[in-house]
Amino acid sequence: MIRVLLTFLAALIALPLSAQDTMPPAPYAYNQLDDPALEAQATALMHTLRCLKCQSQSIADSDAPMAGDMRHQVRSRILAGESPEEIRAWLVARYGDYVSYTPTVSSSTWPLFAIPALLILIVAAVLLRRLGRRRVDAGDAS
Amino acid sequence: MRSRLFLWLPLALFAFFAGLAGYMLTQDKTEFVESAMIGQSLPDFALKPAFDGLPGAARSDLVGGQPRLLNIWASWCLPCIAEAPQLEALQAQGVEIVGIAIRDRPEDVANFLARHGNPYTRIGADDISEVQLAIGSSGVPETFVIDAAGVIRYQHIGDIRESDIPILLAELEKAR
Repeated sequence: MIRVLLTFLAALIALPLSAQDTMPPAPYAYNQLDDPALEAQATALMHTLRCLKCQSQSIADSDAPMAGDMRHQVRSRILAGESPEEIRAWLVARYGDYVSYTPTVSSSTWPLFAIPALLILIVAAVLLRRLGRRRVDAGDAS
Repeated sequence: MRSRLFLWLPLALFAFFAGLAGYMLTQDKTEFVESAMIGQSLPDFALKPAFDGLPGAARSDLVGGQPRLLNIWASWCLPCIAEAPQLEALQAQGVEIVGIAIRDRPEDVANFLARHGNPYTRIGADDISEVQLAIGSSGVPETFVIDAAGVIRYQHIGDIRESDIPILLAELEKAR
């Protein structure tokens, strides 16, 4: 009985492993481009693209098969002469801004850029007023 | 007195953000990444047959006539097993379903269909997920409604449950 239960338990643990394919990776998933300059472009881009299966990793960091297939897209498109930003735009057109780690100013993200600038302006204005007042005070004392 | 109250502002801000974070922890997080290709034309592709029993799939196979379902699946995908009877129910209602098998082997595809039924008219083999990426799909299974003009009209993410069938039939009707 215990042996049967253990077998069941083992099967349960093994199930998630079976939900992976056994196909070989895409040609450029783990192979670098021959041209070091092109490979550097591709790698830089891959570090700024989100893996869709493991959403806290970049496709450069992930071993998920889909990340490998995305790296293949990046490298083969770089090799075909596309620029990194064209490839990013191609992916953003399919998955939205979410797929890119590089922040962009859009209708939903503009406060992230505007608020710090506004705060710096306010701080600068307060500082100027205080320093200006102190100088006037110093002038009165002398 | 006014400036004394002002001193509490940072603490109030902190409490606000802590409260916000605590509230968001209780909210459901959607892991799904929706395709941005809804309303766009299906990209061009031509995939070889996924196994001997059915022809492969190309964009031209999905254009013209009635709206069709494009089902992204794989034999190694467990939710696809749960979905299989629902796809057969849709096929029984006269819906044409074109499959794309992601990173799959012909013998595995044949075994899967023999065991769980075959609702497809065609299955293309996408060994490097290129069509999947081109249509903005981020996992298996996913199902797209393609209208006669070849425009992607609707995306269903995850396995199709019984309760999803009326929704898909309605979307197919809308795409007519």
